[in-house]
Amino acid sequence: MQVTIKLFATLRQGRFDVDTLNLPPKTKVTDVIQQIGVPHKEVTLIFINGRHSDFSSELHEGDILALFPPVGGG
Amino acid sequence: MDKILRIDVGADGGPKATTDPVGDYAGLGGRALTSAIVSKEVPMACHPLGEENKLVIAPGLLSGSIAAMSGRISVGAKSPLTGGIKEANSGGQPSQVLARLGYAAIVLQGKPKDDSLYKVFINKNGVEITKDNSLKMLGNYDVVEKMKEEYGQKIACISIGQAGEMKLAASSVAFTDMELRPSRHAGRGGLGAVMGSKGIKVIVLDDAGMAMRQPKDVERFKEANKRWIAGLQGHGVTGQALPAYGTNVLTNIINEAGAYPTYNFKEGRFAGAAKISGEVLAEMETKRGGLATHGCHSGCVIRCSGIYNDKDGHFLSKQPEYETVWAHGGDCGIDDLDTIAMLDFLDDNYGLDTIEMGVTIGVAMEAGLLKFGDGKGAINLIKEVGQGTPLGRIIGSGAVVTGKVFGIERVPVVKGQAMPAYDPRAVHGIGVTYATSPMGADHTAGYAIASNILGVGEKVDPLKPEGQVDLSRALQIATAFIDSSGMCVFVAFALLDQPETNQALIDLVNAFYGWNWTADDTVEFGKRVLKMERDFNVGAGFTKEHDRLPLFMKTQQLSPHNLTFQVKDEELDGVFNW
Repeated sequence: MQVTIKLFATLRQGRFDVDTLNLPPKTKVTDVIQQIGVPHKEVTLIFINGRHSDFSSELHEGDILALFPPVGGG
Repeated sequence: MDKILRIDVGADGGPKATTDPVGDYAGLGGRALTSAIVSKEVPMACHPLGEENKLVIAPGLLSGSIAAMSGRISVGAKSPLTGGIKEANSGGQPSQVLARLGYAAIVLQGKPKDDSLYKVFINKNGVEITKDNSLKMLGNYDVVEKMKEEYGQKIACISIGQAGEMKLAASSVAFTDMELRPSRHAGRGGLGAVMGSKGIKVIVLDDAGMAMRQPKDVERFKEANKRWIAGLQGHGVTGQALPAYGTNVLTNIINEAGAYPTYNFKEGRFAGAAKISGEVLAEMETKRGGLATHGCHSGCVIRCSGIYNDKDGHFLSKQPEYETVWAHGGDCGIDDLDTIAMLDFLDDNYGLDTIEMGVTIGVAMEAGLLKFGDGKGAINLIKEVGQGTPLGRIIGSGAVVTGKVFGIERVPVVKGQAMPAYDPRAVHGIGVTYATSPMGADHTAGYAIASNILGVGEKVDPLKPEGQVDLSRALQIATAFIDSSGMCVFVAFALLDQPETNQALIDLVNAFYGWNWTADDTVEFGKRVLKMERDFNVGAGFTKEHDRLPLFMKTQQLSPHNLTFQVKDEELDGVFNW
């Protein structure tokens, strides 16, 4: 299945902004993070299709996964 | 900070300064002090531009001390924009300098006898008020240049631009940063117009010969300040994200969350968001020889600001904040950072609230006055505001006036004040704050984005109504205390996650004043401030019907989550039932 991965802020450094990965069915967020080499502790916020998700969330065909380090402002 | 400077602008022979002891206002600072003076001394039903209104400028409780982050200043009055009480908060140098000069507040009161403009100079020797009509219709940057020539480089300035002189309802009060740029603003609620109505163009502060304010218990204070700084620097948001990318790091995440108001609050995502994001902004600033990290006042350890240069490497504006990038960017369909930075500079120079201006132009775009995405048209419109053309005065009066003039239903305001950069239909907690804050639609009054979106503090689902009233209530109370302390509201990110950092702040206040406050006392303090403000608004004619979002947010769904605002009216009425 095809899943779009978006990285933001410091997570982009030495990696990519956006990429589409071909993943086996039932892949979880934690598996993707491992595959792209982002340490778990650097990921604070996980969105799938604009909704809050977590490391154990399962991905589906066409999903957009967005990963953020700590961010804030206002 | 044991005295209050009062300037009666209507005195015979021109404005006259008197100095009173703080008296009954002792123990108050920042927002608590501005709201106390306004609620006690300003008739609630008065006209905001009339003789009875007062403009109060007050450093926070810890301003002028060595406490990190203590350089915020509050400006208060009855607002020409909302018709209710207003406290607008700013960074910049004047808070530290005014506090070191010993003033708990400056109060501008009365009505000028004619239309002359005055400048006020305050140093260790006292106060000097001089007529100076050469300042008429100058922008903030030009005014500060003249003050530098006259008083030297070691000053801090509080000024208004053309918008304040014209008494426009979206005008701001400007504060200079450490490099004497008038780039920090008490933006919201049209307080520049109140200063303009008093005929005061600029207040120049010079604290040469004055010492840092000394705490009652020096050792305890120093020790608490160490814990305070360590707590701020150890938190992911205040220690890493804000210094590296500034507030505009939010563009991508709010857009991703589907809560980024786009095309005048029509949609929740903007296709051009990536082009104007904090990541791109920081890279561009560095590449052009600007700065991606910069503090707006001495003592700041978060340093979320920056310097934005044009493509030739010349200063264009300070780093536009997230709210500005959104208001002049996504809300207007504009995806060009150079255009947004130019609009930021023009707003700062004319003395205008960037949120109100961006939202107002969005309303004008919906009306067909110009097309969404028309950056040149937006720049021309803001220039018209500065020139005071009839159209410019309409735009400079804000979103409500502009919506009425052009016959637009979708006008995103509460209590007459434009909504900031988060759509309540996709972030319900901030909708509760917008609806119920005594200030009108104000994100900083109870920043529910932290819990709803950013994973800071207690986590509450942004897409559901449950838990939002309790969240907003707690944040509004805590913020009323922070806004009074002189601390930048961004410290809240660390406070919400780290009880030991919250304790360090309480210890700082206690060591400085010799108090024995607990966390409960700060909560009671926050409630007192909110109650004063709510009571003023009741007297000014506000009812529970004013604590509502505009109707379109209940009837028009926002993509991509396709939701309306779902918190019930009865629940909103319970926000202040503590």
